[in-house]
Amino acid sequence: MPTIDVNGKPYETDEEGYLVNLADWNEDVANYIAKAENVDMSQNHWEVVNFLRKYYDEYQIAPAVRVLTKAIGKQLGPEKGNSQYLYELFPYGPAKQACKIAGLPKPTGCV
Amino acid sequence: MSEGTSKKFMFVNRTAPYGTAYALESLEVVLITAAFDQDVSLVFVDDGVWQLKKGQQTKGIETKNFSPTYRALEGYDVEKLYVERESLEARGLAEADLIVDVEVLDSAALGKLMAEQDVVLSF
Amino acid sequence: MLNIVNKSPAERSALDACLRIAAPGAILLIEDAVYAAVRGTTGAAKIAGALDRFKVYALLPDLEARAVADRVIDGVTTVDYGGFVDLVAEHNACQSWL
Repeated sequence: MPTIDVNGKPYETDEEGYLVNLADWNEDVANYIAKAENVDMSQNHWEVVNFLRKYYDEYQIAPAVRVLTKAIGKQLGPEKGNSQYLYELFPYGPAKQACKIAGLPKPTGCV
Repeated sequence: MSEGTSKKFMFVNRTAPYGTAYALESLEVVLITAAFDQDVSLVFVDDGVWQLKKGQQTKGIETKNFSPTYRALEGYDVEKLYVERESLEARGLAEADLIVDVEVLDSAALGKLMAEQDVVLSF
Repeated sequence: MLNIVNKSPAERSALDACLRIAAPGAILLIEDAVYAAVRGTTGAAKIAGALDRFKVYALLPDLEARAVADRVIDGVTTVDYGGFVDLVAEHNACQSWL
């Protein structure tokens, strides 16, 4: 299985770069994955990543884009709960790419 | 999926959660179906009602506890969850024992709903 | 609705669930469920009691394979694979009671 090296420590990932072990995640790992994805982590990026981790903790799944967008809108306001805002932050898809940075598995139903 | 092709999908769950993979597989198919904007309803019958039992702790069997995911269904606009009254009662369960809000129906009412579906999938 | 059952009524509760819940219509017994059409079994008693609500069919190749084709109770119609296909085509939807 492929690994990534962060601060001299290896972390297992799958073929597409998603962390294998949820518990491996920390902010350094997140920054490392983000950098490899060409995402420059801002306050707004962290807000979405942390939201996803909380969602996963509560429901044990990564949400589909539509569900994520709606849930963010509910909690953080309509100016953030829309796909344009989320795609600007994560050009390769707010669910797929943000989940990867958040150390979560690929969302169910995401092909 | 193109617009206007929404079908009525009913998922009938008759198996307990951890002895086989059916319950988890069903849940995954439900989430995928819901992501395609279909009219989805879930039915819990026989041992399927155990899937919704509150308080599942799976650490000891080293298996993922997917029961919290039933509470995510509302966010996927899957709001039609039906439980057969006879199945609940035969297992000493009441609505208050379940992890999500459901509609409890008797067998006949459930059968009528089933007859109205375009697609019925059993797990 | 065409209800399809494929598990022995002595082993699994699929037939019971179908008879209890399904709205009146058709039932097709296949694989191990064909034992429910066999005279003298507890499954057959359940089927006999449901004939007023359901038109019941059993798959002949499965009955023959199990050497019980000559013991099918009155009121149950046997069909071959072609008949199976016709039944599926005649009904608006199918439900497999697994």
